[in-house]
Amino acid sequence: MQSPRSPSSQPFLSVSVTDPVKLGNGVQSYISYRVITKTNFQDYQGPEKIVIRRYSDFVWLRDRLFEKYKGVFIPPLPEKSAVEKFRFSAEFIEMRRAALDIFVNRIALHPELQLSEDLRTFLQADEETMERFRFQETGIFKKKPADLMQMFRDVQTKVSDAVLGKEKPVEETTPEYEKLKHYIFELENHLTEAQKHAYRLVKRHRELGQSLLDFGKAVKLLGACEGEPTGKAFSDLGTKSELLSIKLQKEAQQVLMNFEEPLKDYVRYVQSIKATIAERGTAFRQHCELAETTKLKEINLDKLMLTRSEKVGEAEIEYREIKAESEEATRRFERIVKRMDEEIVRFQEQKTEEMGVAFHQFAKGQARLANGIADAWRALLPKLEAASSV
Amino acid sequence: MMGSENDEDSHLHASRDEMENLFLREEDGDKSNSGYSNLSPPPIIVTPADSDPLFAPNNSSYIEPPSYADVIFSPFDDNVSDDGGGSRHSQSSDSLSLSRSPSSSSTSDYIKITVSNPQKEQDLASSMISGGSTYITYQITTRTNLSEYNGSEFSVRRRFRDVVTLADRLAESYRGFCIPPRPDKSVVESQVMQKQEFVEQRRVALEKYLRRLVAHPVIRNSDELKVFLQAQGKLPLQTSSDVASRMLDGAVKLPGQLFGEGGGVSVVEVAQPARGGRDLMRLFKELRQSVSNDWVGSKPLVVEEDKEFLEKKEKMHDLELQIINASQQAESLVKAQQDMGETMGEMGLTFIKLTKFENEEAVFNSQKARANDTKNLATAAVKASRFYRELNSQTVKHLDTLHDYLGLMMAVQGAFADRSSALLTVQTLLSELSSLEGRAEKLEAASSKVFGGDKSRIKKIEEIKETIKSTEDSKNVAIREYERIKENNWSEVERLDRERRADFLNMMKGFVVNQVGYAEKIANVWSKVAEETSQYDRESS
Repeated sequence: MQSPRSPSSQPFLSVSVTDPVKLGNGVQSYISYRVITKTNFQDYQGPEKIVIRRYSDFVWLRDRLFEKYKGVFIPPLPEKSAVEKFRFSAEFIEMRRAALDIFVNRIALHPELQLSEDLRTFLQADEETMERFRFQETGIFKKKPADLMQMFRDVQTKVSDAVLGKEKPVEETTPEYEKLKHYIFELENHLTEAQKHAYRLVKRHRELGQSLLDFGKAVKLLGACEGEPTGKAFSDLGTKSELLSIKLQKEAQQVLMNFEEPLKDYVRYVQSIKATIAERGTAFRQHCELAETTKLKEINLDKLMLTRSEKVGEAEIEYREIKAESEEATRRFERIVKRMDEEIVRFQEQKTEEMGVAFHQFAKGQARLANGIADAWRALLPKLEAASSV
Repeated sequence: MMGSENDEDSHLHASRDEMENLFLREEDGDKSNSGYSNLSPPPIIVTPADSDPLFAPNNSSYIEPPSYADVIFSPFDDNVSDDGGGSRHSQSSDSLSLSRSPSSSSTSDYIKITVSNPQKEQDLASSMISGGSTYITYQITTRTNLSEYNGSEFSVRRRFRDVVTLADRLAESYRGFCIPPRPDKSVVESQVMQKQEFVEQRRVALEKYLRRLVAHPVIRNSDELKVFLQAQGKLPLQTSSDVASRMLDGAVKLPGQLFGEGGGVSVVEVAQPARGGRDLMRLFKELRQSVSNDWVGSKPLVVEEDKEFLEKKEKMHDLELQIINASQQAESLVKAQQDMGETMGEMGLTFIKLTKFENEEAVFNSQKARANDTKNLATAAVKASRFYRELNSQTVKHLDTLHDYLGLMMAVQGAFADRSSALLTVQTLLSELSSLEGRAEKLEAASSKVFGGDKSRIKKIEEIKETIKSTEDSKNVAIREYERIKENNWSEVERLDRERRADFLNMMKGFVVNQVGYAEKIANVWSKVAEETSQYDRESS
């Protein structure tokens, strides 16, 4: 979400998701966001546009892109809904806003996705239009063109498993792809574990903060019972302890937002890749099965031609249609493969950058915290020395 | 108790330790930063103080010297059995000069007790009857240069019952003193806990107790203690008998007392409280007296008038409550620190696994770079986790002072109770005197009305006068005893206040120095990672 410093000849598209506002009543209440677009793209309505969007609009965009750009790793969305009472907490809202902001900007920076018509709609349409689009799309995600589906089923009933030779669904088995799949699935496990620990670490910060607070209070009360100089020493100790408690709570929040959340995002990204892998699998199967069917049709056609059957005409038409579909399926599959090859490179680079940033911020935060703790306690030592020598 | 070291280590299992060491050893080969290169599993397990930062090069702080990271003392001069209970009393272990106020013994005096080597022994007395019950004895080793002791190092074997005896005899001899409380009998625990664990717990408690005893400036010179520490074989102290046999003894004497024989409390016995003795009669009288003291409107002849004492008692009570509270919060703090360290370590290990995975599967350079970044983070997390754990074991030692003072507050209560019971004895005797004198007057009045004298009454009057005289003597002894106990109370409380202030200040200093030192170390670990990842610094605003 950088302010564009590039010369105006360079195309840019930058978005910010801001200003969460709670709308609606009771059970139907929801959060709406201001989405501000700054761009010099030709087909956009001017250099700046502001619209109001809600979470389900983002979901619509994600689903549309997933449908249309198979093979691209669609950026992940933050989770749908949390536990009810947490849903409107300031922390949750802020974290969601930040995640949505990242989501849209990733799309805006992607060479293919940024040209999407659905993105344009999302960034520019007024709210009523947006709502209309959103309602239309329920169910489209799963819908396939009816004709193709029908033909596909016809083919399936005619072709027996014996001919195809397998009971199992067909899968790609190239070693590189196998390796990739294995990598993605394993990676998810590792990352999920890492994220869990990061979350626990946030809790530990909070707990340590709380215990320092309680300890500080207890020690001050104890100091009140003691004469000088112990009393004052305890009081100073207690005050410091309370101060450090605040630092710890602050750091807890930082770790949550700048370390745990990126790890969660990483997990979501990997899950999105898994969805793409599934799509690729489907596309591969279609490509294989349609190729088989085409071959069968061809054989059948040749047979009919030899016998000069009157069914030749019909068969020829069928054959040509199936062949076209098969070629389309193959193109689709190959496009997915090509996209994925590019995407995986982008993904790895992007993740190295994002993780690097997260690690750096975490390390800085921890160092800052530890130094703050050291400074605070150190300041107490001359006083304690003075008290002992009394 | 403030978190036994064994608890936290049971969380480490072999594979995790292996992973940590494996990983760090690869890493540290090329590091000149030798302050970290000797890190081994927390020194609790391995006694040689590998990680003694006193020998680390001064590389660890951004701040002006002295850096406290360098000054954190390795707490493991003593052997593993030292839980630090008395270590602040003995001058041996602290390499930081956290010495107490100059009123404590001069540095040339030295006495150190170690309890070790528990062994099972056969109880010969009961072996005929019950088929042999066994008990545990502990080796008690004293090292000293005090002249009152014969020799500079000697050992005896004692069983827990002997310790009870010692404690009881001390309680009798040192009324009014703040005598450190002995370890509990823990009957329930001894049944419920694992034998080994229980024995170890008891060993630790015994060591702490004995160390406290020798730290007490008056009690350390007591004959009872000397005998306990030195006399070989059976402990030559009068054993405490149980309540039942005491009751039996008392019951035997009671009829005699009821019929007027052996009038009054013997002068010897009056110096002891009624409660622990065999004189049931006295017990009843004092009980009656204490009840009548409680009745509104009936005032005993001598009251606790000392306002200062009452205020002090009140203050001590408040103090005790606050120490309890602080001790509890200290335990929470310790737990929170421990958890932080654990979670940090677990996270580090997870990242180590992730690093290995990425390295194995790497196809792109971006992956290798990321694996490297992850490794740096992971290493730091594991190191930081170690530091948290070390910090914590030190924190436990320091904050244990609070816990120790709970025991000492009990000792203060004991001292105050001695005073109250001595006062009760005085009050009872005064009441008795007053009632005896009343009877004598009545009899004299009655007998003077009889012409020529009333032989039986006169005899009675004489008897009463005798009793009055012996009761007077007892009363005087009781009063002297009461005054003596008051003195003891006062000097003990003064001493305790002084020592407590010093101990608490030391505790605070130790705690704070510890926090500073480890915070610096942890900060360094993370600063290093921040540097290593500085290329990702995106803070433009």
